[in-house]
Amino acid sequence: MASPPQQEIGRRTVIAAAATTAAIGTVPARAQEPGPGAGINAAPLLNVSFTVNGKPRDLELDPRTTLLDALREALHLTGTKKGCDHGQCGACTVLLDGHRINSCLTLAVMHPGTAITTVEGLGSPDHLHPMQAAFVKHDGYQCGYCTPGQICSAVAMLDEIEAGIPSHVTADLDARPQLTSAELRERMSGNICRCGAYSNIVDAITEVAGSKA
Amino acid sequence: MKPFTYERAASPAEAAEAAARRPDSKFIAGGTNLLDLMKLQIEAPAHLIDVNALALDRIEATSDGGLRVGALVRNTDLAADQRVRRDYAVLSRALLAGASGQLRNRATTAGNLLQRTRCPYFSDTNMACNKRRPGSGCSAIDGINRQHAVVGASAACIATHPSDMAVAMRVLDASVQTVNPKGVTRTIPIAELHRLPGDTPNVETVLEAGELITAVTLPKPTGGSQHYRKVRDRASYAFALVSVAAIVQPDGSGRVALGGVAPKPWRLDAADAEMPKGAKAVAGTLFAEARPTEHNAFKLPLAERALASVLAEARG
Amino acid sequence: MKFDTPATTNPIDRLQVVGQPVDRIDGRYKTTGTAHYAYERQDAAPDAAYGHVVGAAIAKGRIAAMDLTAAKAAPGVLAIVTAETAGKLGKGEYNTATLLGGPEIEHYHQAVALVVAESFEQARDAAALVKIEYAPAKGAYDLAVARDLAKPSGKDDEPADSRVGDFDGAFAAAAVQLDAIYTTPDQAHAMMEPHATTAAWKGDALSLWTSNQMVAWSVGDVAKTLGMPKDKVHLMSPYVGGGFGGKLWVRADAVLAALGARAARRPVKVALQRPLMFNNTTHRPATIQRIRLGATKDGRLTAIGHDSWSGDLPGGKPETAIMQTRLLYAGANRLTRQRLAELDLPEGNSMRAPGEAPGMMALEVAMDEMAGKLGLDPVEFRLRNDTQVDPEHPGRKFSQRQLTECLRMGAERFGWARRKARPGEVRDGRWLIGLGMAAAYRGAPVVKSAARVRLDAKGIVTVETDMTDIGTGSYTIIAQTAAEMMGVPLHRVMVRLADSKFPVSAGSGGQFGANSATAGVYAACVKLRDAVTGKLGLNAAAAEFADGKVRSGDRSIALVEAARDGELAAEDTIEFGGLDKKYQISTFGGYFVEVGVDAATAEVRIRRMLAVCAAGRILNPKSARSQVIGAMTMGAGAALMEELAVDTRHGFFVNHDLAAYEVPVHADIPHQEVIFLDETDPLSSPMKAKGVGELGICGVAAAIANAIHNATGVRVRDYPITLDKLLKEMPAPA
Repeated sequence: MASPPQQEIGRRTVIAAAATTAAIGTVPARAQEPGPGAGINAAPLLNVSFTVNGKPRDLELDPRTTLLDALREALHLTGTKKGCDHGQCGACTVLLDGHRINSCLTLAVMHPGTAITTVEGLGSPDHLHPMQAAFVKHDGYQCGYCTPGQICSAVAMLDEIEAGIPSHVTADLDARPQLTSAELRERMSGNICRCGAYSNIVDAITEVAGSKA
Repeated sequence: MKPFTYERAASPAEAAEAAARRPDSKFIAGGTNLLDLMKLQIEAPAHLIDVNALALDRIEATSDGGLRVGALVRNTDLAADQRVRRDYAVLSRALLAGASGQLRNRATTAGNLLQRTRCPYFSDTNMACNKRRPGSGCSAIDGINRQHAVVGASAACIATHPSDMAVAMRVLDASVQTVNPKGVTRTIPIAELHRLPGDTPNVETVLEAGELITAVTLPKPTGGSQHYRKVRDRASYAFALVSVAAIVQPDGSGRVALGGVAPKPWRLDAADAEMPKGAKAVAGTLFAEARPTEHNAFKLPLAERALASVLAEARG
Repeated sequence: MKFDTPATTNPIDRLQVVGQPVDRIDGRYKTTGTAHYAYERQDAAPDAAYGHVVGAAIAKGRIAAMDLTAAKAAPGVLAIVTAETAGKLGKGEYNTATLLGGPEIEHYHQAVALVVAESFEQARDAAALVKIEYAPAKGAYDLAVARDLAKPSGKDDEPADSRVGDFDGAFAAAAVQLDAIYTTPDQAHAMMEPHATTAAWKGDALSLWTSNQMVAWSVGDVAKTLGMPKDKVHLMSPYVGGGFGGKLWVRADAVLAALGARAARRPVKVALQRPLMFNNTTHRPATIQRIRLGATKDGRLTAIGHDSWSGDLPGGKPETAIMQTRLLYAGANRLTRQRLAELDLPEGNSMRAPGEAPGMMALEVAMDEMAGKLGLDPVEFRLRNDTQVDPEHPGRKFSQRQLTECLRMGAERFGWARRKARPGEVRDGRWLIGLGMAAAYRGAPVVKSAARVRLDAKGIVTVETDMTDIGTGSYTIIAQTAAEMMGVPLHRVMVRLADSKFPVSAGSGGQFGANSATAGVYAACVKLRDAVTGKLGLNAAAAEFADGKVRSGDRSIALVEAARDGELAAEDTIEFGGLDKKYQISTFGGYFVEVGVDAATAEVRIRRMLAVCAAGRILNPKSARSQVIGAMTMGAGAALMEELAVDTRHGFFVNHDLAAYEVPVHADIPHQEVIFLDETDPLSSPMKAKGVGELGICGVAAAIANAIHNATGVRVRDYPITLDKLLKEMPAPA
């Protein structure tokens, strides 16, 4: 297989998965580990349970932990990216019960009982989700850092159109929104790509949307 | 972000009670603005009361033909509601012009009203800001202020209110329902919810400590042609330089509120009365007390031109 | 391999793999979240603690007192690094300001402390408990003011000024003159992945997983900063979430992660907080540019003058905005001057096409204005002033120069003939429509580059080089190069990049990466081919590598046979021996843009964009096209919205986050067309390629500016062209 550090990636994935299993147990232990100032003003840890990519997860977290950091640091699901940590870039987009959100601007403990889907839950290198495959085909990325957010956002965005949710560029609020480029661009505008792959991303989404229609 | 304790309230009464018990607490719903600010320690509550389970997420018809929008209705859901799209198009349009799809999916009706300014000096804790640290001064007045208020501001603060939704709510004469920690409810006309900065820009609304917004009520539809025109540098995912919410009746009468120009949605009865005369007269009245800076003076002609464009569109 | 004579026919010319629009080989990792960036190396450093950076609250002055008591006592805190505790630190070769400030503060948000804690949340909270008292000093923050004190400053060791003929006389005598001032603002790279590093010590050896464009430079600067031998620094940067020049250097994340890990005695990871990045790291400096053009009535340039002023910290560098003006158009009398002022703003440095990007923003608007004065079509005006030689040294030819071909083809494809010469003539509903164009120009430097190539017993070809892929497609074009050279399908090639244990490459910068790094791989493959033919007993000169076989005469042997007894490996370096001095090697293009300007609000929206590029052999048309559309997008930002707003009282960039520093979003960018002219440049390298990643931003902003003028009749010379600047001169709509 042609790949960059393909063997490394393969190996790393396995390690990450193993570490993840262990992490469920170790997270609270780590957070409770006393530092020099432990105990002073330390907020008590809280439990939260939700499913991530179909797997039930039970976490004990500092209440300050965002959903993004819970995914990346506690569960080692680093596919979801931290670009700004302030809701200004969209790199952290995940699906919460099917709806796209910025995972940096919500606390993990606020979501007991929910189902979270990250880019890892959509597909894997050997079984790409159609949206992932379309991004590869249309070169809908460059550095790759905004890419998971773009893909999660695109998947949920097409569902929003399907559900008839209008957008800023929908001409007639009473009519069903159309799958035009202008609609896709407006609806994807919460996902910044500094490499400027926008034109290709819209081509990728259009292909997927077309095959859905 | 300062450490905080966290609890999930099950009812408005419980939430209000928790707020009374913990004066250092904040309600959290969507969290899209609060957490942003907590990360920078511009907000630093010691206790968070999660109100998301409060069953305030419905949009219901009122007995007088209006709509009661629960405080927790997400911006996406409010914008997409068929009744809102049909009878309150200006509100749908304003919501859809704001933020991004992801943010609208989390941001709530009440939270949107209570969001804080995007003044960059407010966001930078190294800088003086009377809103963030009362008495420290205003860095924006003689600083970078292209985005700032041209009217309704004070010598203490020239920040704008960043909401699009609130501007539409204002032109619709919405009212805000609240419950306080004692369980007392009240209705606040949207016009009175936000305060002008005066000498106390840190006090942004008339809400009392622990008072929780439970709903926003839209009066009976007014009909007319409804418009929301948002002007910004980039085409999406940006705050307004100027926005115009307008309802224009066939006889040329109507209402207008502006966003991006003032510390609150900017609407004056006297300006509404000028609607039949056109944009120049309306803008002249809205901006009679305007005190722009060198960098934001463009907002005056811009708002007038945007309004003229909206009125032309309304005439068809 | 020394490259000092023009390339002749070589295996790359077969174009079985090279030149094909193949999908990126790293694509399926990037799209599934399995490409791990610098902060995500839980595999390598599973117990990493978290570092949070404290930035200076003043632009210039000193730290008077620092109180760490509360921060040290905060839950989970493991260590705090400050200039006082860090011991003596050096400064990197490529850094202007130090990366850990104190007691002297050189710029706003200069790092002054790193707080390391068990968790991210704890580190962030404790960082806010660091109490610092400052003694601020007066600084210079306003380029318009400091300009008067600016001093001549050239690029590297070159002179600051260039003169040919008698500019003053020719300009004064010119029948038609243009004399205009243009300004470009400070701009931010604003790459999506923050500067980030995971650092781990093993004894006195340091491992850094970091996000960096130049592995070898950065090994050197980490060693220099920390006062340790280079061979004790192991730096890896296999995925870089965007750089654009901002990650050419070691930044505070790397140095502080290393210091934090030493202090905490365990691995530490640091990502610069987004609101800190804009003032903490480098940026593209603002420029003030004066352009004077003199021409005959029939549109021949007789005088070309370009002065540029920029500012930087003491010891810093100028923004070389005059570079293209020395080479782009004919004209007998020429003058360029470059001046540098000292400013106490954050450090200015390279951002995508330094020099030419802001220079073309000015020059190509000036050319549009001059065409208007002459009553000439802007395309025709440029065609009339083409040159096939370096105008300062007429004996020196361009290796290839298809500027006129780009402009002609662009004009034809775009429907340029439909443009109305008089502005403000075309309307579509509420939109005023305008067309604009500009030439594109960017030098195509080459840099020495090495690689190692292995052939294993399974027939897999593995390439190792410290080259980086910052979104540019290095993984893929390197794989294509090796596949072509060794005659194997792409999926039989493995590429391993950006590890300081690998041979030193050109790195990613200056548009030299793709050509130089693949040429290095070419050189290593030539050696490996020799090793293979030697092993197989074939005549090297006659051997052909194809379809997994090596053929020579009537013999054909499977490539894998050569590695049957053990892996074969070869390493080589491409070194460029002066062809780039003898010839001017550059890339050219033309941009064509259609904009709509709202007649009421003056909001500008781009409706169509076309680029035609002549940039040597295009190694992968798919990823090369992406480079160009991405650069066009950044150029659109430069034209319409990007500006670091300087608070000249406090000396900092006020809009220091991604909400306030606006970069283009999806809705700003229409479908973009890119055409590559068929070109090979045998003087550039054995690959006959050049580069496109920076060509794509050189000129596009001016094309947009010119389209806005065509739509509205308003000429804005101060970027970005925001609606407030247009509104002043736009009549109220009817």
